[in-house]
Amino acid sequence: MRQLLRRQRYLIDYSLAALARRPGKHVALLLVYTLVVFLLASVMLFTQSLRREAALVLAQSPEIILQRQIAGRHDLMPADYLDRIGRIRGVSATYGRLWGYFYDPAVRANYTLMVPPPGSPEHGEPAPGDIVIGAGIARTRGLEPGDYLSLRSARGEPFAFRVAALLPHRTELVSTDLMLLGADDFRRFFAFPADRFTDIVLQVRNPREVRKVAEKLSLALPDTRPILREEILRTYDAVFGWRQGLVFVLMGGMVVAFVIFAWDRAAGLSGEERREIGILKSIGWETGDVLRMKFWEGAILSLTAFFLGYLLAYAHVFYLSAALFEPVLKGWAVLYPDFRPIPFVDAIQVATLFFFTVFPYTVATIVPIWRAAVTDPDAVMR
Amino acid sequence: MIELRDVKKVFNQGRGSELWAVRGVTLDLEPRQVTVFKGPSGSGKTTLLSMIGALSRPTSGRISLDGKLLSNLPERFMTQVRRRTFGFVFQRFNLIRGLTVLENVMLPAYPLAPDYGDLRRQARALLTQFGMDAKADDKVEWLSGGEAQRAAICRALINAPRILIADEPTANLDSARSRELIGLLGELQDLGKTVLVASHDPLVFESARVSRVVELRDGLLAEDA
Repeated sequence: MRQLLRRQRYLIDYSLAALARRPGKHVALLLVYTLVVFLLASVMLFTQSLRREAALVLAQSPEIILQRQIAGRHDLMPADYLDRIGRIRGVSATYGRLWGYFYDPAVRANYTLMVPPPGSPEHGEPAPGDIVIGAGIARTRGLEPGDYLSLRSARGEPFAFRVAALLPHRTELVSTDLMLLGADDFRRFFAFPADRFTDIVLQVRNPREVRKVAEKLSLALPDTRPILREEILRTYDAVFGWRQGLVFVLMGGMVVAFVIFAWDRAAGLSGEERREIGILKSIGWETGDVLRMKFWEGAILSLTAFFLGYLLAYAHVFYLSAALFEPVLKGWAVLYPDFRPIPFVDAIQVATLFFFTVFPYTVATIVPIWRAAVTDPDAVMR
Repeated sequence: MIELRDVKKVFNQGRGSELWAVRGVTLDLEPRQVTVFKGPSGSGKTTLLSMIGALSRPTSGRISLDGKLLSNLPERFMTQVRRRTFGFVFQRFNLIRGLTVLENVMLPAYPLAPDYGDLRRQARALLTQFGMDAKADDKVEWLSGGEAQRAAICRALINAPRILIADEPTANLDSARSRELIGLLGELQDLGKTVLVASHDPLVFESARVSRVVELRDGLLAEDA
């Protein structure tokens, strides 16, 4: 065993010397390789982080949202539906929500206006004329607490709201475009009927009862559609997955270019390298020794590129907020959330990236070397 | 004792460029002697030496070393025999550029994985023996022809082989360096090594240090040609 380890040390020693002997070739390869790992890892880390962030935020959202539908379109929910739902076993709370969208032509952005649900942890319902806004709106409109925001209501009248507070930074991913206001202000601003809600939410304590409750709702109120939290999570997953896929497709060309470059650099043996293999064989190295040495050479290069690329991607995503991919991965909104993802590394994802970057390169280097290494060593004498 | 029995070697067999480099050589080589294979270019000297040194196999015929057949050994065992029994000094030295003299000398021992300190000491001792200790840390591309030749000899001796094979060792040396090299080969014989040299340089095959000259012509011993 000791002999085996010592042998590997000798081979690694030689491989390091071989890498240092052709610095131009290897530094170029290392840079391109690191760049590819960096880009792929950045997308993976960022998307994973967004998914996780969304899951964390949605974990606090209600288990079931009930929407009314007319001709397959979302319609306002009559307030008396709350009574019709009555008491369903397993449901701990039921209440109507008021929320909607508002297009602000001044900054060409959409805001989400919402009346905080009862028992909101951070902010209760703002006082009449007051609003609490997300960081995106504050940034875009240059607002601070105490300032006034004037918007045109549905009836065309100007409405001046006083900014009472800003929403906390840590929720920015989902609250950047959010404006919280009182129920009366909401109804007056949108000319929203007094006997209607946007939708109804139901809190279910036992997750195993959620589907059963949804079934009962569908039967009791056939013109409504229950939306489960798990469905929303799945949708977010799909949206982020789709965006990740889109970026990967855009990167596809670059990856192919890298493969060709790496193949050319790693697999295309120069005359000098062929001669070197011949010399090593003639002085007593076995074909296996040459292959092991070249394996180490490829492994050292690809592992270095992998770790460098991954560390750079980690810094890029978690310290620089993935500045390179922001527009594609976060969404095409005017109000980009300015958020710093929580550092999170998924072992399976690291393993996948490792497999698809380090493994092919190492194999690509071994195959041509094997072809050169099995030739008779007497070539160096001729 | 090295025995060759009707050894033949053909290159590109069955093709238009087929070449019989060795056409049937039967020969016994005594141990602890300096034997020179002489003959013009293309006479089969290098091919014969590469087969004796287990660098390649004969197309037909047998080569044995101390009664053990070498010519039909699998690749792996041939490499082991080559590593432990033979040391090679090539015409163009074949040192690996970019490495130091010391690293080049140590290279043949890497697959055997000896203790690093011991290997380094052994390599240094050889370099000192051949007057190359001051050059140990120089890159081989900075060496003169004579220095490169001595570095190549040190490398050939690092695994303490019984037999040293030198192919045209004076081809890239001036007369003074050639005489010096012949002296070195003689010293190796004094140390109990068998030395086999391929050369068409009269300075080599006419030297008093040479025990035997075997002449080759057109892939055959001159006496059979």
